[in-house]
Amino acid sequence: MVVIARLTVRELVRRRVVWVLAALSIVSVTLVGWGLERLVALAREDGVDELQIRIGVSQVLILIAFMFSFVLAMTAAFIGAPAVGGDLESGIALAILARPIRRAEVLLGRWLGCSVVVVAYTVLSGLLAIAAALLVSGYGPPEPFLAVAFLSGQALVLLSLTLALGSVLPSIAAGAIAVVGFGLGWMAGVMAGISTALGIELLGRVAEVSRWLLPSDGLWRGVIYGLEPPLVLLLAAGEAPDLANANPFYAAAPPPPAFVIWSVVWVGVVLGVAAWWFERRDL
Amino acid sequence: MPVTASVTNPAIELDGIVKMYGRTAALDGLNLRVGHGELVGLLGPNGAGKTTAIKLLLGLAQPTAGSGTALGAPLGDRATRGRIGYLPELFRFQPWLRAREVLRLHTELARMPSARRDSAIDDALAHVGLVDRADDPVSGFSKGMQQRLGLGVALLGDPDLILLDEPTSALDPIGRTDVRAIVRAARDRGATVILNSHLLTEVEQVCDRIVILHQGRMVASGSMDDVVAVGGVRLRVTELDDGASEALARFGPVAVDGEWLTIRPLDRSRIPDVVDAIVGAGGRVHAVEPGRGSLEARFLELVVGLPSAPPPQEQPPVAHEPWS
Repeated sequence: MVVIARLTVRELVRRRVVWVLAALSIVSVTLVGWGLERLVALAREDGVDELQIRIGVSQVLILIAFMFSFVLAMTAAFIGAPAVGGDLESGIALAILARPIRRAEVLLGRWLGCSVVVVAYTVLSGLLAIAAALLVSGYGPPEPFLAVAFLSGQALVLLSLTLALGSVLPSIAAGAIAVVGFGLGWMAGVMAGISTALGIELLGRVAEVSRWLLPSDGLWRGVIYGLEPPLVLLLAAGEAPDLANANPFYAAAPPPPAFVIWSVVWVGVVLGVAAWWFERRDL
Repeated sequence: MPVTASVTNPAIELDGIVKMYGRTAALDGLNLRVGHGELVGLLGPNGAGKTTAIKLLLGLAQPTAGSGTALGAPLGDRATRGRIGYLPELFRFQPWLRAREVLRLHTELARMPSARRDSAIDDALAHVGLVDRADDPVSGFSKGMQQRLGLGVALLGDPDLILLDEPTSALDPIGRTDVRAIVRAARDRGATVILNSHLLTEVEQVCDRIVILHQGRMVASGSMDDVVAVGGVRLRVTELDDGASEALARFGPVAVDGEWLTIRPLDRSRIPDVVDAIVGAGGRVHAVEPGRGSLEARFLELVVGLPSAPPPQEQPPVAHEPWS
């Protein structure tokens, strides 16, 4: 497994994926820093209250994180889908799988290698963006490491799904399913919030179940919680908590530990089922 | 009628292997035994089941029915795969690696002891003529060079069983000659080699035994002489009385052309009796040439039902020495 993981990291370096991601991180962090600096400067010129500026920066940061989570979903799909599926389609896998190695080792090795790169990209890009915001606005989110950890978890969920699907389906189909799944998961989260606020019980349940079926949106709530200033939480909780919860960019609390544990188990189950299927697949 | 080699303690044994892909039978009750150290050519038209048979030996596909062993272990046994070298028909290697790195990766995957790796890689590069390109990226390799690299991967660490699926499909005549030498060298050191090809001349020139598959079944198996035998014998005889040739008519129709006698048809097992009869009649036997057709003619006869080879007397003398 370690041999395959090392091979995967080397592949992502040699095929310039790592360098492209690093360059994109620098560009996006620069743009975030520049944009926030301009916004904060304009707000201060207009005499906006410093507290409001802080809240504004926090909301912009959450929006940026949301867009980044979409970029991560796409990155996970582009990296994960061909990791096993591409090798099967090109024939590269034949010579490897004829060696005394379990197919599960190949699958998990590919997952491990891709995970290292995706998590490194998430952590580097996420923390740099937060640091840039802190530098230009003076605002730092309350739980930056928690937010980045949940963002990494979300990326790993999508990477696991794409890679697992790629071992049994054509890679293009696997990538498409993962991206659509990410979107549907987010929509399910939104629907769950709205239906709770409006008291539509059945829709709420369906949305809640789908949130557990693909835990990416649940983990996204952890990202928001990590970026949300305590003042916003206090304000939202004091007025209409149900309506506040319907806001897809608000989280009153981090995902419960049971959900976090489920997310880890979910990754294990998805990879386990894929490995079981892959072991039995004719090549 | 197909002949199955009688081999004790075979390197490969397949019993009644059936492989279905949906409703299509890629293999339909294949029985095959290959002895240790044999160099066997697996022939057949496209879709005959050659590649499927090789994949089953490696566990890359699972049989629908039947059983088998490779090097004494069940098909696909993980530990045993460490003793098998394989060149896939669809040979593709990581284009972003260098040739030496591809070989190193396979030494690691084969769990070769670290101390042996460098020498095994150097040997493989030398065998396939890639020493000068060892540190070049695979992406810059021609198809033929990639096939050479694939052959190097298959030969890494001197495996006991080597499975080569169309190993010369991308090679020029020089490369094909090299491959024949490599394959023979592997056989000479004791490895069992399965050469899967649809190039009849290639198989004819290098293999000890030929197995012809058609529609997932074995339709012929044996040495080249066994497979291409068309019956009859041609003999160069001197000092034989005119009347003696009439006595030979009990074996079959006799044709005389100078010093050459041809008896056809004749079962191959009766050739020694013919020689005995000639010697008994005072004749001197200078040459005995069992009737032999061409592999191509025999292949076409078995696969598409075309008539067999022309009579033996029409064969040029060089055709009787195929193992040059």
